[in-house]
Amino acid sequence: MNMKIIVCIKQVPDTTEIKLDPVTGTLIRDGVPSIMNPDDKGGLELALQLKDKYNAHVTVITMGPMQADDILREAYAMGADRAIHLTDRKFAGADTLATSNALAGALRQLEYDLIISGRQAIDGDTAQVGPQIAELLDLPQVTYLESLEFDEKNTFTIRKQTEEGYQIVQVDTPCLVSVLSSANKARYMNVRGIVEAHSREVELWGVDKIEVDHEKLGLKGSPTKVNKAFTKGVKSAGQVFEVDDYEAVEIIVNKLKEKYIL
Amino acid sequence: MSDSKTYIMDFSLSKQDELFLQMIREFAEKEVKPLAAEVDEQERFPVETVEKMSKIGIMGIPVPVIYGGAGGSNQLYSMAVEELSRACATTGVIVSAHTSLCIAPILENGTEEQKQKYLPKLAAGEWIGAFGLTEPNAGTDASSQQTVAVEDGDNYILNGTKIFITNAEYAHVYIIFAMTDKSKGTKGITAFIVEKGTPGFSVGKKEKKLGIRGSATCELIFENCVIPKCNLLGKVGGGFGVAMKTLDGGRIGIAAQALGIAQGAMDETVKYTKERKQFGRSIAAFQNTQFQLADMETRVQASRWLVRVAAYKKDKKLPYSVDAAMAKLYCAETAMDVTTKAVQLHGGYGYTREYPIERMMRDAKITEIYEGTSEVQRMVISAALLK
Repeated sequence: MNMKIIVCIKQVPDTTEIKLDPVTGTLIRDGVPSIMNPDDKGGLELALQLKDKYNAHVTVITMGPMQADDILREAYAMGADRAIHLTDRKFAGADTLATSNALAGALRQLEYDLIISGRQAIDGDTAQVGPQIAELLDLPQVTYLESLEFDEKNTFTIRKQTEEGYQIVQVDTPCLVSVLSSANKARYMNVRGIVEAHSREVELWGVDKIEVDHEKLGLKGSPTKVNKAFTKGVKSAGQVFEVDDYEAVEIIVNKLKEKYIL
Repeated sequence: MSDSKTYIMDFSLSKQDELFLQMIREFAEKEVKPLAAEVDEQERFPVETVEKMSKIGIMGIPVPVIYGGAGGSNQLYSMAVEELSRACATTGVIVSAHTSLCIAPILENGTEEQKQKYLPKLAAGEWIGAFGLTEPNAGTDASSQQTVAVEDGDNYILNGTKIFITNAEYAHVYIIFAMTDKSKGTKGITAFIVEKGTPGFSVGKKEKKLGIRGSATCELIFENCVIPKCNLLGKVGGGFGVAMKTLDGGRIGIAAQALGIAQGAMDETVKYTKERKQFGRSIAAFQNTQFQLADMETRVQASRWLVRVAAYKKDKKLPYSVDAAMAKLYCAETAMDVTTKAVQLHGGYGYTREYPIERMMRDAKITEIYEGTSEVQRMVISAALLK
């Protein structure tokens, strides 16, 4: 039986091109291109490599407004086999928990050996959705994946990034991994895939199609509320001293004393 | 009313076009641009880029899926040549000559057996294509072919020399024109498919060129070269028609190449004029710079619409030769004009190889010459007006 992989992807504003409104401090989204979140693309590439090697079947799933269709088409053009779009007004306003509930609700309807999510999205930077899905589905999870080997039975050997270095762990299917964009170089869409992408079917799933308590979705199911958004103040340039270590310690201690921190 | 005046009012890009542009721009920026200076400087054919392009289907964009291609439109193909040429004109012409001058004539004139034999490997980039019409004494006057093909049982025996052949050293499949009956003039020309390694066929000296220096432009030599009759492309005596029809399509490719060169020069010049300071301000703050940039940009955008219209008509199977001639004429002259002005706006730095702009100016010149000079395009356009 072929391995079944589901990749969770998200459409995000390209934050490298984003600007802040100097008056309100909010993001100016107008004219900012939307892209497939880079870590998610890394996750899709990992899935496609497993497809190349083991003939795995790759499904991509996203939750978002109609516009998010673009990244599903992109996933098709890269080589995905099936695309599911969770879209319903009842999903709107979701924080990471409500998003995870919706995705987990959809995943309960699907067969999988491996679920892949990106480590985090460049717009929210929370890194919560992958781990929350694993918890909701009661699956083992390995986060911050750098590389993965498969024993061709049911065990993955994974190298995961840690703050100090890396760990090598083993996990059995079914499981969830979260992937870094640096884990691999995502392939380009191929031309035939692009030509065919818009004539392929993207399955539209509303809340009725998934297995989840509707109270846990959208704004209603989101315990996180944004209180205030503000731009971080600009720090002064500071002073540079070119001295040896001992002298440096002395200067730092004196400066801290000057400011009554010590 | 001539066909060139059929108006097309939908200027929007389709979702497919947008997805394609997203891919090809990223590919050109990351894979093609970093090699452009080296490819030029070392006069090196970018084999590794061709491999990468093959992998994602750029070498077979308009080839139908049944022949192993991407099943894309001529519009997508012309966008590919434009975006590749924006980064590196050598890479643009490799794809253009391969697709427009080798794949297209097989697709349009080949037998089913020929299509099945050649198209899948060409579309996959496993084989590279080339086209041999020009000879030392037959340039614009293509009817003065000296290369001859003499019937001999089940074969034709080719003798003669072709020059200025793009992709020559790296190609596997060549579309070659030869006289099968000198007494009939253009009606005595026949097209053949010649494979690399055919006894009697060799690649001769490589040209040292002003621009597009990585594209491997060489001479082809035929000495009693035996070509089986199954490699006849089209009918005996139908070669001139094959060549002219092929060049009509090729002009869209070269127009797109010229457009890409001009756009590349615009990108560099806008960036440079904002950074370069003289008399205490950026040179972009001077009205001379602003007016020049405005004129350059307007020409580039007008060029783009001419290419789009020509490609659109080819896709819709409408007559497009005049549109292709106008696109090639205007894009080539725009590329030359824009790159020349771009060098001027760069000043002394623009004349050095520290900046890519002098390369772009050298690359631009050929677009006014090959696949029909600008003068030939004017002949095509005026002939349609005055017929």
